[in-house]
Amino acid sequence: MYDIGRLYRAKDVDDALRALAEDPESMLISGGTDVLIRVREGKAAGASLVSIHELPELTGVRMEADGSIVIGACTSFARITADPIIQEFVPYLGEAVDQVGGPQTREAGTIGGNLCNGATSADSAPMLLALNAELTLQSAAGKRVVPVTDFHTGPGRTVRNRDEILTEIRIFPADFQGFGGQYIKYGKRAAMEIATLGCAALVKPAADRRTVASLRLAYGVAAPTPIRCAEAEALACGEALTDTLLDEIARTAAVHASPRSSWRASREFRLQLITELAGRAIRSAWTRAGGVF
Amino acid sequence: MAVGQSIPRVDAFAKVTGEAKYTGDLVPRGAYTAKIVRAPVASGWVRGFDLSEAQAVPGVVRIFTCFDVPDIQFPTAGHPWSTEKAHQDICDRKLLNTRIRVWGDEIAVVVARDRVSAARAARLVHAEIKAFPPLSTPAEAMAPGATPLHSEHPDNVLSHSQFHLGDGTFDEAAATPGAVVVSGHYSVPAVQHCHMEPVHSAAYMEGQKITVITSTQIPHIVRRVCGQALGIPWSRVRVIKPYIGGGFGNKQDVLVEPLAAWLTTQLGGHAVEIELSREEVTGCTRTRHAFDWDVQAAASPDGTLLARTYRAWSNQGGYASHGHAIAANAANIFKQCYRDRMSLDSESYTVYTNRPTAGAMRGYGIPQGCFITEALTDDLAYALGMDPLEFRLKNCVQAGYVDPHNGITMHSYGLAQALEKGRQAIGWDEKRRRYQNQTGPRRRGVGMALFTYKSNVYPISLETASCRMALHEDGRVTVQMGATEIGQGADTAFTQIAAESIGLPVDAIDIQTVQDTDVSPFDTGAYASRQTYVSGMACKMTGESLRGKILDYAAGMLERSAEGLTITDGQIVDETGQTVLTVADVGMESCYSLTNSRHLTAEETYHCEQNTFATGACFAEIEVDLALGQIHVLRLVNVHDSGRLINPKLAEAQVHGGMSMGLGYALSEELLFDDACKPLNANLLDYKIPTAMDTPKLEALFVEVDDPTGPYGNKALGEPPAIPVAPAIRNALLHATGVSVHSLPLTPQKLIEHFRAAGLLGGEGHV
Repeated sequence: MYDIGRLYRAKDVDDALRALAEDPESMLISGGTDVLIRVREGKAAGASLVSIHELPELTGVRMEADGSIVIGACTSFARITADPIIQEFVPYLGEAVDQVGGPQTREAGTIGGNLCNGATSADSAPMLLALNAELTLQSAAGKRVVPVTDFHTGPGRTVRNRDEILTEIRIFPADFQGFGGQYIKYGKRAAMEIATLGCAALVKPAADRRTVASLRLAYGVAAPTPIRCAEAEALACGEALTDTLLDEIARTAAVHASPRSSWRASREFRLQLITELAGRAIRSAWTRAGGVF
Repeated sequence: MAVGQSIPRVDAFAKVTGEAKYTGDLVPRGAYTAKIVRAPVASGWVRGFDLSEAQAVPGVVRIFTCFDVPDIQFPTAGHPWSTEKAHQDICDRKLLNTRIRVWGDEIAVVVARDRVSAARAARLVHAEIKAFPPLSTPAEAMAPGATPLHSEHPDNVLSHSQFHLGDGTFDEAAATPGAVVVSGHYSVPAVQHCHMEPVHSAAYMEGQKITVITSTQIPHIVRRVCGQALGIPWSRVRVIKPYIGGGFGNKQDVLVEPLAAWLTTQLGGHAVEIELSREEVTGCTRTRHAFDWDVQAAASPDGTLLARTYRAWSNQGGYASHGHAIAANAANIFKQCYRDRMSLDSESYTVYTNRPTAGAMRGYGIPQGCFITEALTDDLAYALGMDPLEFRLKNCVQAGYVDPHNGITMHSYGLAQALEKGRQAIGWDEKRRRYQNQTGPRRRGVGMALFTYKSNVYPISLETASCRMALHEDGRVTVQMGATEIGQGADTAFTQIAAESIGLPVDAIDIQTVQDTDVSPFDTGAYASRQTYVSGMACKMTGESLRGKILDYAAGMLERSAEGLTITDGQIVDETGQTVLTVADVGMESCYSLTNSRHLTAEETYHCEQNTFATGACFAEIEVDLALGQIHVLRLVNVHDSGRLINPKLAEAQVHGGMSMGLGYALSEELLFDDACKPLNANLLDYKIPTAMDTPKLEALFVEVDDPTGPYGNKALGEPPAIPVAPAIRNALLHATGVSVHSLPLTPQKLIEHFRAAGLLGGEGHV
């Protein structure tokens, strides 16, 4: 039995925005896999909820004429993984969100909720950062577009205002065409897990298949927010992907990361993972992209 | 033969279809719900309460605090009662406690019409508390000046025991020429049972009778403790135990039942239920005891074990629960598994701390004892440069062993056979060679651990069990056991024993799964791997008694002597093999005979004064990913010497469950606490039990050596599968990497630290 003070099921986005404006204490709920936990723990007991769960206009994946992939914020993880567009163009994103929790959580939980929850451990975040995804936030005042790299502001905090709705996530063709990708989630067990560390690598080989045209490296739980590693990425451009280079990339990523010690894992252990997973993720992404060592 | 067949579980259909009734299905309509208010500190005194806000919450019925409950201290351990005062369990808690001894201690309770109101009000109960610095470990609690948890134990030592065996001393052994000596500090953490069904009880009154429906392993003991806690005659309490979703020892303790029973007396007999949340179950019920040890071992250069010393500190937490019985058991396996030729010194402390109360959990101190015994054994073999299996064969317990203290005897011995079977199954000799000198980032190893486990609690405690049977008109037999089905398959095993002992097909047996202490025969319950061995014997005796009565009645019907008549598959057969009657004929006639109606029933008590040792071993093959600190278990093989199996398929399932528990103990499970002794991971996200994806194929093997003391040659199997897995994996890690880890679990972070210290990782963490 959940202690929910009020639940309003919005008919569409405008209706939800109106409901959010009417009750200044209200909060959005989509799949509920984070919000309901806070309700159950008593932290959000008696909450006034505005539900956008399964609103058709916020659900689904489509490809636009320019080749951009647009993911509705309320699309469940399971649906993203199974989506033919995702599978054809960005399969590594589908794999990343398939690492979330267990089957039930992946059916209920949504990619927009995963981002808006603001956790550094969100399994969708590192790959979306690597993909330079753009987020559309809508409020009564209108729409604004925020790069996902500017979205997170701290643990559990984002630039989204309470009365704003994340409606869609956009990925541009230049950010996935020719790239191979790999997300590695490191947890203490193989499923039903929160990431101790997440590492996403996207890499595009040059025409010779030996030198790197572009590398993107992103992490979850390597800092209070998901992060990209520009310094490490810059090392790879135009270079052959040798063991020495991979070591240098990994070292640089570790230098620029700022993981914290918590009872879940020490800073030292996370630095070890940051270092080790960079090489493993980049190697796998490189192979998938058709790169040659 | 019904015994020895892998018949389907008798409760399989009911459980799979949802027809099986659990406590939650039986809570009376309209019952109030009670929410416990828990202390926000781990040590202190409650000075007073402000209940005004909580009482104002709509839906609240009553709020009771630690100042309202009877001034009666009671025990909670699921032990048979002793009529001798010196052997009675420690009475150290009240229904609600003014002195706070654990984080989340029960200081008040809100009764409301629904769960939301109860939870809202519980959050608004304001307690004024004087807090003390919490004591986390035995070392802190035993330090001079430490705050006593219980005035009866001013030094916080609940109990202390020691013994010496052998004619020499450890120092003499260590001084023998060429002796190899190892020593170290080892430890294991507190872990939790994680039974699927949470702790759940409901109570109501009819007249003066208090009925408690509860998810328990021990209904008769629950009745006794409710009577003690409320200060009323025990038979005023009636305990009903329906199907339960696992207990693993947590429900071999009396948990919320006395509080539920008392609340209904305060509410005019109105029904009230208490269901704990997963977080409460994990952080605020019972745990497996954490242990610390200092140990030493000495062997001669040829690998003969000369002497060991054992010093243990068992972390009891805030209340006595099962207390020193756990530490005593752990010391016993250290003693029983190996032959110290010169000396064994053993000393154990059980110490109160402000950690959650530790109690019974599958294996009852033996998983801890097996870890220290087998980690030390492997470390000694490693120091000797000897194959650890060869070392064990040279030094382990032999057939006919008699424990020098309690006299428990190994009436059957399958250990050597089990070790050989495991050796073959895992490919021990070849893999020990192949994995000897590895380099590189992934390394493999094989390891093993053995154990002994007694089959009940005799002669430490009473062993008694009873059974009742009735023959019906159609020749079917109803069986009532005092022993409880808790998911392990007891009802199925008893069905087979009943069928076998009477001579009926198994489908002619109806076993009543619900225990109701007003009507069920007496039994102390499911624990100590005792039920098939002890209660199974009661079932066998009752079946044989009923069989005799059926044959006597049949003889009367046939106007002949019963001698020479037998029952086979429901048929009454004479000396010539001729079927002369059926059991159904006897059932009908005995009920409806106009001249000799006599309802054929039987009831027997097995007063058990026997015990024997089950043994076995686990063999593990692992691959270690050095740079990530991860252990991948490639193969896990348990071999069990549990006597004759009543139902081989059920036995295999029992082994699988235990191995899964051992796997979690090895790799990932531990309760974590902050400096204030508050649990950090009392939920199933952060407390890491293995998932299916973390679990290798679990291989269960048996050597079936008949034990002369058990029913049909059977001995303990319930708990043993969980025992040897963690040390076997730990020893496989030693083989793979040369790194000796002295604690559980073998978490990646811990392993990275060890690998780095051992120089297995380069400067940057690379291999």
